[in-house]
Amino acid sequence: MKRFLRSGHDQARERLKQDLFKFNKTVEHGFPHQPSALGYSPSLRIMAIGTRSGAIKLYGAPGVEFMGLHRENNAVVQIHFLPGQCQLITLLDDNSLHLWTLNQRDGVSELHEEKFSTLRGPPGAAPSATQITVILPHSSQELLYLGTESGNVFVEKLPSFQILEDRTISTEAVLQWLPKDAQHCRAFEMVEALQEHPQDPTQVLIGYSRGLIIIWDLQNSRVLHHFLSSQQLENVCWQRDGGCIVSCHYDGSYCQWKVSSEVQHPEPLQSRVPYGPYPCKAISKIFWLRTRKGLPYIIFQGGMPRASYGDRHSISVIHGNQETAFDFTSRIIDFTVLTEADADFDEPYAMVVLAEEELVVIDLKTVGWPVLQAPYLASLHCSAITCSHHVSSISLKLWERIIAAGNKQNSHYSSMVWPIDGGTSLAPDPPQRDLLLTGHEDGTVRFWDASGVCLRLLYKLSTARVFLTDTDPNDNLNALGEDEWPPLRKVGSFDPYSDDPRLGIQKIFLCKYSGYLAVAGTAGQVLVLELNDEEAEQVVDHAEANLLQDQEGYRWKGHERLRARQGPICFEPGFQPFILVQCQPPAVVTSLALHSEWKLVAFGTSHGFGLFDHQQKRQVFVKCTLHPSDQLAMEGPLSRVKSLKKSLRQSFRRMSRSRASGRKRRVAGNSGELQELNARAERAGLQNMELAPVQRKIEARSAEDSFTGFVRTLYFADTYLRDSSCHCPSLWVGTNGGTVYAFSLRVPPPDRRMEDPVRAEQAKEIQLMHRAPVIGILVLDGRGLPLPEPLEAAHDLSKSPDMQGSHQLLVVSEEQFKVFTLPKVSAKLKLKLTALEGSRVRRVSVAHFGSCKAEEYGEHHLTVLTNLGDVQVVSLPFLKPQVRYGCIRKEDVSGIASCVFTKYGQGMAAWRPPDPEGWPRGRGKAFLLVPRL
Amino acid sequence: MNRSFNKSQSLRFFDCNAVEVKSKFGAEFRRFSLDRYKPGKFEDFYKLILHIHHISNMDVMIGYADVHGDLLPINNDDNFFKAVSSANPLLRVFIQRQGGCSSLPPSTPCWLEEVDFCNFGTSTLTRKKKVLVTLRNDNLRRRPHLNISMPHDFRPVSSIIDVDILPETHRRVRLYRHGCEKPLGFYIRDGTSVRVTSQGLEKVPGIFISRMVPGGLAESTGLLAVNDEVLEVNGIEVAGKTLDQVTDMMIANSHNLIITVKPANQRNNIIRSSRMSGSSGQSTDSTASHHSLPSSHAEQNFHPDEMESDEETDIVIEGALEPQHISKTPSLPSSSLSRVNGTTFSHRLQRDLTLNNSSRESNGNLHKLLSSLKSDPRHSLVIPRGGIEEDGTVITL
Repeated sequence: MKRFLRSGHDQARERLKQDLFKFNKTVEHGFPHQPSALGYSPSLRIMAIGTRSGAIKLYGAPGVEFMGLHRENNAVVQIHFLPGQCQLITLLDDNSLHLWTLNQRDGVSELHEEKFSTLRGPPGAAPSATQITVILPHSSQELLYLGTESGNVFVEKLPSFQILEDRTISTEAVLQWLPKDAQHCRAFEMVEALQEHPQDPTQVLIGYSRGLIIIWDLQNSRVLHHFLSSQQLENVCWQRDGGCIVSCHYDGSYCQWKVSSEVQHPEPLQSRVPYGPYPCKAISKIFWLRTRKGLPYIIFQGGMPRASYGDRHSISVIHGNQETAFDFTSRIIDFTVLTEADADFDEPYAMVVLAEEELVVIDLKTVGWPVLQAPYLASLHCSAITCSHHVSSISLKLWERIIAAGNKQNSHYSSMVWPIDGGTSLAPDPPQRDLLLTGHEDGTVRFWDASGVCLRLLYKLSTARVFLTDTDPNDNLNALGEDEWPPLRKVGSFDPYSDDPRLGIQKIFLCKYSGYLAVAGTAGQVLVLELNDEEAEQVVDHAEANLLQDQEGYRWKGHERLRARQGPICFEPGFQPFILVQCQPPAVVTSLALHSEWKLVAFGTSHGFGLFDHQQKRQVFVKCTLHPSDQLAMEGPLSRVKSLKKSLRQSFRRMSRSRASGRKRRVAGNSGELQELNARAERAGLQNMELAPVQRKIEARSAEDSFTGFVRTLYFADTYLRDSSCHCPSLWVGTNGGTVYAFSLRVPPPDRRMEDPVRAEQAKEIQLMHRAPVIGILVLDGRGLPLPEPLEAAHDLSKSPDMQGSHQLLVVSEEQFKVFTLPKVSAKLKLKLTALEGSRVRRVSVAHFGSCKAEEYGEHHLTVLTNLGDVQVVSLPFLKPQVRYGCIRKEDVSGIASCVFTKYGQGMAAWRPPDPEGWPRGRGKAFLLVPRL
Repeated sequence: MNRSFNKSQSLRFFDCNAVEVKSKFGAEFRRFSLDRYKPGKFEDFYKLILHIHHISNMDVMIGYADVHGDLLPINNDDNFFKAVSSANPLLRVFIQRQGGCSSLPPSTPCWLEEVDFCNFGTSTLTRKKKVLVTLRNDNLRRRPHLNISMPHDFRPVSSIIDVDILPETHRRVRLYRHGCEKPLGFYIRDGTSVRVTSQGLEKVPGIFISRMVPGGLAESTGLLAVNDEVLEVNGIEVAGKTLDQVTDMMIANSHNLIITVKPANQRNNIIRSSRMSGSSGQSTDSTASHHSLPSSHAEQNFHPDEMESDEETDIVIEGALEPQHISKTPSLPSSSLSRVNGTTFSHRLQRDLTLNNSSRESNGNLHKLLSSLKSDPRHSLVIPRGGIEEDGTVITL
């Protein structure tokens, strides 16, 4: 065998490898991590988002995306598109300015950085003198006005970033035009606002933080008008006709000023504190938008009563007597309003809000101001993702049924066409329909369209309805009455605080042929669901699987199991549960397998595993895998760690509840408590680190180790388990302690399926001597190919497996890959990954690699993700490492843990927690984009 | 390859008391049988061996392969009886000329535990084959052998290997965990090591032994010490690897761990006579000579094939019967479990061991059996599949 493996088609193999394997990190799905700036170009109809790590991402029509990365790892503070051009300016927090251009090359647009510069003052000047606070790209397309902390406004020429010193609007220059009383009362301080006159490009409005606003004549370098407010200035808005300006202030007020040269000491036309009379927080940005119908839209950020709603992230929209304060669950980074402006009117139609955790677009044209469903930037992490599952090549029929179910859920969304629609995607239509299912901590499963560049939410399944939880549904944010003031309305889907973490989804399995779905959760619950296009009221059959099988002397110290709701429950169209199996003790379900042809579902926890017949709704068997001395597994995993986490979670929940339930005004105390807790936890962590030098114990694994009975993998296969003459259904189980159990199953023929019981008997038990956790089991057919999925061959989507030649068993542990013969299990081949390179297998799955040269040629291999973040391809059936790519930073433990592979060699991983990305290989999803100008 | 195997099976069926013996001297084999329970005296056995191999005028030592694949001596009535009674099913006997140990290949130096009877028990069969091969050519170098004592059931726990190919400042230590019940018992940490390079002294990150568990294997061998720098794990350099990677590598190799260290205490180094004159200046440096190791050596010592044969084999239990049939399982003598080398159990064993989902009692028994398999070192290593003379790919006579 050895000789055969080494024999010499190496060069040909190397060439073939190049055709088969290529690593691309192509798509980033989801919402960018730590966004820090928003920009929008009305002419390009493209939106730009900057992040704290120096990335800028441009989004237009669905599929049109550009990404740029600043060389510096600094946060993007501001983004400004140059009016009417394919260029944008970014300001980083190191005070550097960068010019980016969308160039066209070969009919495709590319984003690249053209030039950068840092504003420098004269030698010896304080750094604040040139610290940029606001940027105004002038409509002449040549000049950039830069307001600074010193109060001076510098002018730079574009694209050279050359400073035009003679045009600098210094505080001294401004001062000499002001009357004496305005001069003496205030210093200027920093520039807070810079606005060009909406119609006259020679006038610029400058607002200083102490409350002075001037209108500067660029041609004659003089102050045309000045306005003096008693309050600190936050921002200014110039109305469309230029006749009025609106300023907003630190005390939560806004003022309207008439621009007229007659008055020497202008007073505001109107001054209002919208959420007064008690002290309010600052209004940090304001829009005053005129409509043809007369009533303006007044849109402002902040201004909430300081004491009771000071923690809210709100944007208020006032239009006549319609008033809504949109309440966001995360900090607002910036917002902008999309308008169909002409010379006199703004006609706003949509508002784009970039919050820290999501993008929300609100339709201002439709009554009720509904939210638009975003085609991209989906907030995958709206509730913490607890697991994910990828299904490739969904049939059109199932796809349409899922979409139909989802559409019924999305009726509250606006029907407006997505307004940010710049550019045209040249990407070809995705070759197949792929689904990504994400399980969340709040008990939901979200179905995403993962076929193309954009990840789009199709359908959301909630399992919480099956259970009685201690949360009161009325305790929700929607409970606010009509006459509540301020008129808060919660928007967005980001809600990281789960009410009952036991609902969390831990494992998902979808059979794309039958539409059966199995999900399993944190409290040992296993649900089997099937797709129903109609709403239905039905009873969920409830069974208990006692995995301890009456072993005594154990006490479960973890969470209680969930209480199932009795009686018929009404389920909306979509996946509706019909079986609930609850494991006892209610430990996290650690593995799950569903065989839709045999109608069996297998599940495992840290205590054992069970097999359930969902056709007859009967338990086939359970087996305890717990080692008698494993006390730790009994107590509930990590019970002590959990208590701290739990208390944190509870205080979070208290916090969100107090926010939700109106005017309780307890917020400050709670967040203080939380900070205290955090600080304490951090201190404790630091102390521990100082006490113990980093050292690692070298000890062989033993049967007495903890969690050896933890079931890591379950696998159904039709193979030669007992003898080589007849094959039979079998269930394979792998544990954390390196044990593999094999059960032969007797599934009655279809005509007797309801009468005869399914029988199972243990046929084999393999103890790997290296005792590493078994994370994958696979049976290879006579041709050395992995057995197809259940129903795959029946639907003619795969060649039927070769049952003539002898089958082989592949067991993948964290340390080794090992091939055994079947039915007599003896070791045949192995690859010792850990012993050779010190990396351990975290994820493994079979993928089909198509050749990029020959369409019909492809091979099945294992894609492997190691704990070092490497992706490796290991050949089947000879276990030869093929290629290896560094892919995820090894420190990014959650990214590695979140990785899923697709059947075509693509992988998806949550990069930093909220940033799932996909990296297809082989057939890359290269896409070409052209912005529509 | 299964010829002898089948034969032994048939023998066992006809007469359970008969033990098939296969003795080997040089390249020659002889087969005969003994009564399992009344094998007779060692002296008679010795004569029988001399007779059937036509050995005359020569003192020989007799050894046998025990169930773990270790070569143990037969030199008195007790261990002869033990060898016969524990044969399962075949007793493999190896005959060597007296004094063979002086002709050990240099890769197995005499050291501590092995001073006396170094051929026996130092290694598994595959290693031994090499010894036997070299033995015939090395008569000239024979020197008088000093017999201090004959250990009855001798098993190594550690050894220093590859002294000839390593720089004198380095030590390659092999820990045999299956040979004792002790935990490996040591900790490693990150640290910095000073290397001599062409640019002068250079500080590089390294992995060091940080702690010894009192009473653990590592401590009891005396071959490893706190602050020894770890350079290789089973032939793979640790340079550039993180502490966690090295930890994982060591654990993955824990059944047969070979660590190359640069001892913190350099005073106990072995000084080889051949190098004595010229190499003393080298003792501070390590890397240069270390890296220049001929690769063939590395291959010879860490050939995957050899690692393979050293390794413990997975236990496979085939359960075949209906769960309902058996309610209680008689507890088994653990010795009968020892044949687990990837082949099936005998039929009786299969029946007894049938795993039973409905009967927890038998499950419990199995648990006990499995853990006893593990904790009793005698049952944790088995003869490599196919035995010795059958395995044509390994032996090169």
